[in-house]
Amino acid sequence: MMSLLNEFLGTFVSTLRDVAPIATIIIFFQLVIIRKPFSHLHDLIVGMFYVVLGMTFFLVGLDKALFPLGTSMAQQLTSTNFISPSTDQAISIAWQDYMWVYVFGACIGFATTLAEPALIAVAIKAEQISGGSIKAWYLRLAVSLGVSVGIALGTYRIVSGIDLYIFIITGYVVVIIQTIFSPKLIIGLAYDSGGVTTSTVTVPLVTALGIGLASSIPGRNPLLDGFGLIAFASLFPIMAVLAYAQIAEWQNRRTLLKESEHEGE
Amino acid sequence: MFQVKNKFLRQLFGSFMDLLPIFAVIFIFQLFILRQPIPNIADIAIGTAFVVVGLALFIQGLEKSLFPIGEAMAYAFAKKGSLFWLLAFAFALGFGTTAAEPALIAVADEAARIAANGGMIEQSDTAKDDYAFGLRFTVAFSVGFAILLGVLRIIRGWPLHYLIIPGYVGVVIMTFFAPASIIGIAYDSGGVTTSTITVPLVTALGVGLASAIKGRNPMTDGFGLIAFASLTPMIFVMAYGMIL
Repeated sequence: MMSLLNEFLGTFVSTLRDVAPIATIIIFFQLVIIRKPFSHLHDLIVGMFYVVLGMTFFLVGLDKALFPLGTSMAQQLTSTNFISPSTDQAISIAWQDYMWVYVFGACIGFATTLAEPALIAVAIKAEQISGGSIKAWYLRLAVSLGVSVGIALGTYRIVSGIDLYIFIITGYVVVIIQTIFSPKLIIGLAYDSGGVTTSTVTVPLVTALGIGLASSIPGRNPLLDGFGLIAFASLFPIMAVLAYAQIAEWQNRRTLLKESEHEGE
Repeated sequence: MFQVKNKFLRQLFGSFMDLLPIFAVIFIFQLFILRQPIPNIADIAIGTAFVVVGLALFIQGLEKSLFPIGEAMAYAFAKKGSLFWLLAFAFALGFGTTAAEPALIAVADEAARIAANGGMIEQSDTAKDDYAFGLRFTVAFSVGFAILLGVLRIIRGWPLHYLIIPGYVGVVIMTFFAPASIIGIAYDSGGVTTSTITVPLVTALGVGLASAIKGRNPMTDGFGLIAFASLTPMIFVMAYGMIL
């Protein structure tokens, strides 16, 4: 019980330390440059306290419930004992043997992104700004699907040893082509969703998966090949959100077409 | 009072539903694929409760503080009309929040170890510390530059993809010239820079600016700051690797 309290206080202090530079910059610019007192100061202070307290609960909880189990699972799933319990170490392992790793990567990428607080924040804002034509829930679903495909492909890359940049450059080309055909309204949001997916929940679990995988495969360097999964998780959501916008627009056009047909009758 | 309680309860339920998929994935894999029991059920129950309460509190606080302050400052700067101070604020926000980012500190230390093992720098603690510090400073500077550029874009009304696509081309070209050991780190550093507290603030700033300035649409012009903040570190970190 005492250790839990200690951990809680420690995390609270370190979260406060993370917020300190942001608070300093805001206070300096508000008071010295803009020269106006804060409006709704009471709400701001209560709100910031909620944010810091919320982050503390969130991080301590993740440390207690999720990260130990999640990282140990990532290690077990990637260990050679699980992959090929019967075969000799000398026999090379085919990429198909890692099927459960890809499935786990896809599932955990999807699930953690759905719970990512930064993404929830951006999705709430997007729904407000678009007047509800973008649904926060669908946006989060699209981003999570993107991360899920990204992590699965990223783990396959580590197993197969194909160079990272080949995937990333191909991904960029796809994003550029999609951008040309996408509705202009969504482009900013789509590009943003690449950056917000990878923070508090996703990064530790995904890094554990990448490093576990790279250490268990002969010929892979965990420090070199373990990196790069985050890049996949930032690129694929862009494609997913652009695709979501294209599908939504296409469906809108179809219903409009149907309605005008009805009017014509 | 009842209303407030009710709202928080609904938020708690929402957060619980958000987290349900993670636990479903973990339990299913643990029980059916790895075929092992779930250890420390008590810890997991307490931790889960904490995560749910934390997420609900964070979202409540977000709407009370980070969103309104970001938008209020955007409006105040737009009204004041001083481009210099707005850009200074944008740079400070990007630089200040990134320099202290714990995820970045971890990645920079890791990168220094790789560089030392790869013989790019000396195998001494001072050399590694210098390298890690230089990397952190580079990333923080690039994020500051990104937010500055993004704010300038909103003010001028440049289409986002005119800047992002050349950025991608830049990343691709740099990839061919940068040392192989830095590429993975450079690509990842784009993703780790934007923390959970920075994202809502920066988003509110962009959207607020785009609503405050005449002729800008918050939907087309307001988003995109985070995209810059994930793109420029890749370019700057590869440049850092090439110069050293």
